[in-house]
Amino acid sequence: MPSVNVGVQTKPPLIRALRLNKTYPARDGAPIVALKDVDFDIGEGEFVTVVGPSGCGKSTLLKVMAGILAGASGSLTLGGVPVTGPSRNVGVVFQAPVLLPWRTVLENVLLPIDVQRRGRPAHLARAQDLLRMVGLEGFENRYPAALSGGMQQRVGIVRALIHDPDLLLMDEPFGALDAMTREQMNLDLLRIWNANGKTVMLVTHSIPEAVFLADRVIVMSPRPGRITDIVTVGLPRPRRLSIMATPEFGALTDQIRAHFGALGALDA
Amino acid sequence: MRPSGRPFELALSVLLAVAFVGFWQWAVWFFAIPPIIIPSPWAVLLALRDGLASGELLAHFWVTFGEVLMGFATGAVFGLLWGIGVGLFPLMERVVYPYIVAFQTVPKVAIAPIIVIWFGYGMTSKVIITATIAFFPVLANTIVGLRAAPADQVDLMIALTASRWQIFRMVRLPQALSYIFVGLDVAIVLAVIGAIVGEFVGAQAGLGYLILQRDFNLDMAGVFAILVILSALGIGLHTLVTKVRRRVVFWMDDSGDRTIGA
Repeated sequence: MPSVNVGVQTKPPLIRALRLNKTYPARDGAPIVALKDVDFDIGEGEFVTVVGPSGCGKSTLLKVMAGILAGASGSLTLGGVPVTGPSRNVGVVFQAPVLLPWRTVLENVLLPIDVQRRGRPAHLARAQDLLRMVGLEGFENRYPAALSGGMQQRVGIVRALIHDPDLLLMDEPFGALDAMTREQMNLDLLRIWNANGKTVMLVTHSIPEAVFLADRVIVMSPRPGRITDIVTVGLPRPRRLSIMATPEFGALTDQIRAHFGALGALDA
Repeated sequence: MRPSGRPFELALSVLLAVAFVGFWQWAVWFFAIPPIIIPSPWAVLLALRDGLASGELLAHFWVTFGEVLMGFATGAVFGLLWGIGVGLFPLMERVVYPYIVAFQTVPKVAIAPIIVIWFGYGMTSKVIITATIAFFPVLANTIVGLRAAPADQVDLMIALTASRWQIFRMVRLPQALSYIFVGLDVAIVLAVIGAIVGEFVGAQAGLGYLILQRDFNLDMAGVFAILVILSALGIGLHTLVTKVRRRVVFWMDDSGDRTIGA
């Protein structure tokens, strides 16, 4: 990375998006603008959530960042390098666990290692550690079909972390889980994040989840998909579920909800 | 032909078979149907015993069995390779597939005499006829199966910087296996038909050849005895494919006897 900034030695952000635009061609009528002039930075080690109603382009944004969706204009850099395609330095967790049913839990976790030919033996211990951390010790040799939805999604998270990526991208990872499992997963995720110090960007449509997890919440609105606000969450860490009952938490969720109310996206 | 786990259903199934054979035996006697039209079950059983005891049935059985297996294997391997080729290179599908479909629309029975003229009355021609029939279901199911990988699995592999070949090997091919086995299941049953048709057209041995011979001699019970053996062969091969499928595609719930295309 070329060294700029001779005077003030501020660390450049891990991710920098400048005037990011993405348009889908429509079958009839005007093309759909999924992302409109999206600007944001994400610092190293930061936990950023993206919240917005359906169709606000938040999943599009994540796919562009993962390099699996091409055709976006503007500038997007990861560690100073323009994102032109998928990166070995990124881990992605999808809405569905997307486990391969013919691979055991351990083999699923090692999929990135196999694909990127990093060598299984060197990563076995790390896989075991991560599985233990999410409470899946002893399930290494089970097949996904034998696991509950929450356990499968934990495997998906461990798989995204196994190759030690700089950035973890999560696309509504707990959307399909029941409320109680979801809260537990939120706590687990914060614990893993604490232990690993990864940069995380998580997309969700749940405002409380967005606030509970994040250092900063990027609020998006639809048609065209753009950023309407970036809310800094000053709540202390480590966070417990009880924090959701505090007035500070309520004020933050209200502030975000107000954006959607103004748009008519929610009954405010 | 999958026996149900429930003993009641199994008992009902067996009862139906017993009732049918009983009615058959009774009807042949009651209506005095001549044995050259419909032989009684008992006569079929005797013919079966005699044929097996003399070794005549078994000798012809091995010929047909060999034709079925070799024709099936040849057709399946070609179907699989073509299917993979088409699945890997979409260009191949647009250029070659129309001709394969055109070939498939020609009844194999119609070209069987040509093949016999080209390759003679021996086993080779039967193996080729059988292979041409077994080829298509494997090909079609392989192509469909290779397209069946869910988009999110492919997206995951792309996000992991997987190459086209890795996506094929680690996701598309395993995903296609259950479809391929459906194709193999159809193909193995069709292979028996292929071998018999080939023997009808021109042969010196085999169960199809024996059917024609016994038909000519008005030995109906003998023909029915061969049908029993052919049926047992078909059931046995189908069961074998199902067993192998359950071993290989172990992660799939039992999809029963679902079949696609033929």
